[in-house]
Amino acid sequence: MRLFARLFTAIDETNATHEKVAALVAYFRGAPPSDAAWAVHFLIGRRPKRLVGSRKLAAWASVEAGLPEWLFDESYQAVGDLAETITLILPADGVSSELPLSRWVEERLLRLRGEDDDVQREVMLRSWRELDRRERFVWNKLITGSFRVGASQRLVIRALAEVSGVDEGVIAHRLMGDWEPTAEFFQRLLAPDTRDADLSRPYPFFLAHPLEGEPAALGQAGEWIAEWKWDGIRAQFIRRAGKTFLWSRGEELLAGRFPEVEEIGALLPDGTVIDGELLPWSDGKPLPFAQLQRRIGRKNLGRKILEDIPAVLIAYDLLEEGGRDIRSHPLSQRRERLSSLVGTVASAGRLLLSLSLPFTTWEDLGDARRAAREVGAEGLMLKRLSSGYGVGRRRGDWWKWKVDPLTVDAVLIYAQGGSGKRAGLFTDYTFGIWEGNHLVPFAKAYSGLSDEEIRRVDQFIRRNTLEKFGPVRTVKPELVFELHFEGIQPSTRHKSGIAVRFPRMARWRTDKKPEDADTIETVRALLKSVTREEQT
Amino acid sequence: MPLLTLTDRGLYCEPGDFYVDPWEPVDRAVITHSHGDHATWGSRAYLTSEPGIGVLQARLDPTAKIRGVRYGEAVSLNGVTISLHPAGHILGSSQVRLVHRGEVWVVSGDYKTDPDPTCTPFEPVRCHTFITESTFGLPIYRWPPQAEVFAEINSWWRFNASVGKTSMLYGYTLGKAQRLIAGLDPSIGPILTHGAVERMTATYRQAGISLPTTHYAGTAERRADSSDAIVIAPPHASGSTWTRRFGTQSTGFASGWMLVRGARRRRALDRGFPLSDHVDWPSLLQVIEATGAAEVWVTHGFTGPVVRWLKEHRVAARAVQTRFEGERDDEIVEGIEEAKLGS
Ligand SMILES: [Zn+2]
Ligand SMILES: [Zn+2]
Repeated sequence: MRLFARLFTAIDETNATHEKVAALVAYFRGAPPSDAAWAVHFLIGRRPKRLVGSRKLAAWASVEAGLPEWLFDESYQAVGDLAETITLILPADGVSSELPLSRWVEERLLRLRGEDDDVQREVMLRSWRELDRRERFVWNKLITGSFRVGASQRLVIRALAEVSGVDEGVIAHRLMGDWEPTAEFFQRLLAPDTRDADLSRPYPFFLAHPLEGEPAALGQAGEWIAEWKWDGIRAQFIRRAGKTFLWSRGEELLAGRFPEVEEIGALLPDGTVIDGELLPWSDGKPLPFAQLQRRIGRKNLGRKILEDIPAVLIAYDLLEEGGRDIRSHPLSQRRERLSSLVGTVASAGRLLLSLSLPFTTWEDLGDARRAAREVGAEGLMLKRLSSGYGVGRRRGDWWKWKVDPLTVDAVLIYAQGGSGKRAGLFTDYTFGIWEGNHLVPFAKAYSGLSDEEIRRVDQFIRRNTLEKFGPVRTVKPELVFELHFEGIQPSTRHKSGIAVRFPRMARWRTDKKPEDADTIETVRALLKSVTREEQT
Repeated sequence: MPLLTLTDRGLYCEPGDFYVDPWEPVDRAVITHSHGDHATWGSRAYLTSEPGIGVLQARLDPTAKIRGVRYGEAVSLNGVTISLHPAGHILGSSQVRLVHRGEVWVVSGDYKTDPDPTCTPFEPVRCHTFITESTFGLPIYRWPPQAEVFAEINSWWRFNASVGKTSMLYGYTLGKAQRLIAGLDPSIGPILTHGAVERMTATYRQAGISLPTTHYAGTAERRADSSDAIVIAPPHASGSTWTRRFGTQSTGFASGWMLVRGARRRRALDRGFPLSDHVDWPSLLQVIEATGAAEVWVTHGFTGPVVRWLKEHRVAARAVQTRFEGERDDEIVEGIEEAKLGS
């Protein structure tokens, strides 16, 4: 555990990317492969399901520290992170532990699962007593399953590529999908032989950058294609050796969640991988995203829900054909092949080719973008015809050009503490709009402000708290923010009767007074205009 | 009637007709120490500890009327006996002891019990009513031994010097900066200072505090070579154009708040050194016990948790609001003040 805790500290104590990578490289070179495998597993954000409830951890740590639970809660409020709060209140440090990471994980952490409280408590207390402060923090982070330490997957991949001499893309590919963090896996991960396509393994997704400004800056319109940008579940459809696998972008295997889409696998040749978007679809157009959520929420998909909310895969791209990785071929070729492939299964109606929108000038495209909401799309995707299918989010060849967001001016009324990097600050806000003389809660948002603005808002909240309800504070209604969001729908679960999608703070309107904020009437009008667009 | 009452100008002693750390101009002000949330500009007459005269004068306007008394020396104001006792927070910081008709009150101001070569060490004072600060009044705040923190600072500096990086160490201008300078190992390289820090450090030296040699980092363009230097600067200088002259750098901040990881990460600093000029949780409780006070007023910080803890341990306690209410006031106030001073 000592080496891993040292790695953690080294990464945590610098903001320089190359120093983080250097620390990772040194660790991967020196650590036993069985430890390195677990380190990769945790560093890229995989985690065991929560093994011990936070309430229990808090209670045991409080007893060990001789503190009442209310004081633990106050401390947690100030720190904002459970693992760190526990670390900070526990009595004097134990000695440091030589036991390797893999044994800490396999012999202690994983054994916690399913044990009764007494056993779990015993393991936790023994572990805390054996570790020094740094190691305790890392251990608590592993237990609470929130191990994000400022080393992104990208940095881990870069370090692994440096250690192995294998291309970053190959490492990224090997890290996708299902794998067990064992010594053998780590050795395979670094293996120089790169013909190792595991049957089920998807390719890393290629993501588009948001386009700011006008597309004219992209050059000749004729070198690009435009497609609708759909708001569903980005997915990869894999058919290999007679088996079908459907992966979400979150690297989740969607086995059994979309049976009607998976059925198409049988009609496709082996060695086929399609990148696309799962959408709820009926009568030639998408249903609202909320419908898809209803479906995802179900444990069992009955016939009724499959009939009410049928799903399709909109095919964007072809990544593998006849078992050959064709990602480096130009998009124009890949689309051609994709088009004929989709044609062979068209009758099933479950795999649809993403339309290439006709346009000759960038102006034509502006019109199409304005019509996006009417067809239920979020905007446009612009892709260079000569582009390969890359890895991750890169600038240059793929852009998303979203429709202008919907906007509302609302007043800050409640605030709650953040976590992680925003620990100890009030960063999660609820905004209200006017209904007569009252502000009704309308949306929650916690992104969009700069660190400096967050600090200023935080200070305002501390000085203008009206009441405290647990972690939530009601705040003097004074600050006005311009909120942007992507969609708006009627809702019975919200006090305002309205639900918005992806709300964020676009601007702090220091020029506006609370009475200048929007009213429920204006927001209802907005809802109406949007649904009218959707019905036409 | 209590000896002190809270008014909209601060803590007021009616029989003695004076204020302790008022936040508005008054006729007579007794000042615990010169930080901006305790010493406000504009009062007619100030009383403070003798060692603190220089720094107070430097913070107020030069014509302010300041009277200094030795630690422990008793003075009388309208029948109230006042004496000042070392608080160990910064140079000249005091606890204010008031006696009236046999009743003894102590106002702690800010204080710490850890040793600090730049000021007189804290002395516990017995009293009936104790008014204490609670800046770090939660059990998560337990300071590591300061020798350890200084060893960490020096080894960080030594490492940076070895790879040709300037060490930028941020700490409050008054008190923290001088304590840092006193703990640095001058054999590693030169100690450079921001203008505000250099001026305050000169004031410390005039008061007889001996400190390693420092060099004013100047307003000139980029220094030819500062790669083995440590630069002591106020927090508000962090990220400013002023810092660019020092080339590649590693950044650190010395403050009790740095014990919590999120507080450091929010500032996008490389290193946080948990070095505080306030008491931590265990010391706070020990001091309260040592005063023998039957009643404790808690102010300035985590008042709620401290009051509740004391009550649960059968000590009569209440929270007293200060103007600077909130959990991170000291930081905010000192930060705002630093920003105002600019320089
Ligand atoms: Zn102070
Ligand atoms: Zn203070």
